[in-house]
Amino acid sequence: MKAVITVIGKDSVGILSKVSTACADVGVNIIEVTQSVLQDMFAMIMLAEIDKATVSFAELSQKLEQLGEENHLKILAMHEDIFNSMHRI
Amino acid sequence: MIETKDILETINMIDNENLDVRTITMGISLIDCIDPDIDKACDKIYDKICRYAQDLVKTGEDITREYGIPIIHKRISVTPIAMIAGACQTHNPVKFAKTLDRAADTLGVNFIGGYSALVEKGFAAGDYALIESIPEALSVTERVCSSVNIGSTKAGINMDAVKKMGKVVVDSAYLTKDSNCIGAAKLVTFCNAVQDNPFMAGAFHGVGEADCVINVGVSGPGVVRAALEKNHCKDITEVADLVKRTAFKITRMGQLVAKEASSRLSVPFGIVDLSLAPTPAVGDSVAHILEEMGLEICGCHGTTAALALLNDAVKKGGVMASSHVGGLSGAFIPVSEDAGMINAVEKGALDITKLEAMTSVCSVGLDMLVIPGDVTPETVSAIIADEASIGMINSKTTAVRVIPAIGRKAGETLNFGGLLGAGPVMDLRKGNPEKFINLGGRIPAPLQSLKN
Repeated sequence: MKAVITVIGKDSVGILSKVSTACADVGVNIIEVTQSVLQDMFAMIMLAEIDKATVSFAELSQKLEQLGEENHLKILAMHEDIFNSMHRI
Repeated sequence: MIETKDILETINMIDNENLDVRTITMGISLIDCIDPDIDKACDKIYDKICRYAQDLVKTGEDITREYGIPIIHKRISVTPIAMIAGACQTHNPVKFAKTLDRAADTLGVNFIGGYSALVEKGFAAGDYALIESIPEALSVTERVCSSVNIGSTKAGINMDAVKKMGKVVVDSAYLTKDSNCIGAAKLVTFCNAVQDNPFMAGAFHGVGEADCVINVGVSGPGVVRAALEKNHCKDITEVADLVKRTAFKITRMGQLVAKEASSRLSVPFGIVDLSLAPTPAVGDSVAHILEEMGLEICGCHGTTAALALLNDAVKKGGVMASSHVGGLSGAFIPVSEDAGMINAVEKGALDITKLEAMTSVCSVGLDMLVIPGDVTPETVSAIIADEASIGMINSKTTAVRVIPAIGRKAGETLNFGGLLGAGPVMDLRKGNPEKFINLGGRIPAPLQSLKN
């Protein structure tokens, strides 16, 4: 099962490292990362493998949301199927 | 690979354009709970609902967390209670309403629908007593919703029931006059009622349905409006195409949620209802979609055409996105729940006659309309008769949910709060239909009912 993690907010030092550390801590494997910085707005999208995660999806998404709040970012973890079903026939 | 722009589009729809799944509704048959002893029947009903739906709310919340899709309501619909009450006619059916309310409270669902009777051709055992008890039932319960089907294309219109419902609506408002006449807001009078509608207040679990099903109602007027705003369409064909594409995406999300909920709860998937259901929230209005199409204000000439296009395009876009489409599917126009409609009424652009015209092309009917408190039951009956005849002739569902604002006059406001919103009290047509309504009897089924 894969999750799409999106990070949106003001650019600052170490965003990528903080999010990937948080993922690694709970056994979430990041497969792909794409990011863009528009002026000072930062948008990063990660595709992560969560089959071997040591926490439930709900806990992961809560943990990332909290990390986001601490760093003034919006971090969302969502099941990839929502994007597949909305944008693929 | 999923593209970045698709991901951002979905997140933007949810975060900024009020995209949500409006309701997961579990339909439960109560046929096997029938018992001549009303207390035993109530115990069976309570036990069955609580057993079947014990994980409904939790499952909805889990799906929201994993997929990031807000699921606003988890609700229950049951077999029309009149059928259950028919077996124990010597007792007041309000006991059933209290049982449903208690089950809803235990499970944490905000509404339970099915305090209903289907009387389009006549009253069977239990029907009349149930209809009589509706005002009391809605005043002593908090979460129970009621509906009565008084007509259909196949059967015609039961004018005795229409007459009765006028009084029931007024009494429901009167008995709850200290809580903004909320009783009438939980009561719908239908023509051509559908058996698998997941939306309240008109949801009930039809007799042709399985023992238990999951129906899902999607929403998303804000997403459609935003799509129209972002893409400058050259002509009306492009508008229709854009609405279709947007409705497709919205429905795919509903289909995903329905499939997921049905598999987690081990309950068969019934239908996805492709409805644009507005809420009072800013940017979640059907009226604003019509205005985005180029109308100065909802209610001006051209509104019916714009709504017809919208209603049809929503269905065309959604129908391919889901394996089973049903319910009411289309665009709702509940006045008090739609910021754009409220504005149009307050500005004098939208009145009951234009709304009535709009109901011939929208997905349901006159919905959440606040009317003067001194309205006579006969006038309410006449509103119901007009609306039912539009449904009967056009082979579509129509409904009336009007709220007589007891003690208030046209121009004042009745505030329900929450999703039901606030409605300006609207003026009605002049003249007295009393003699016509008191004739009673049945309007014969129209020629288009003879299809065999």
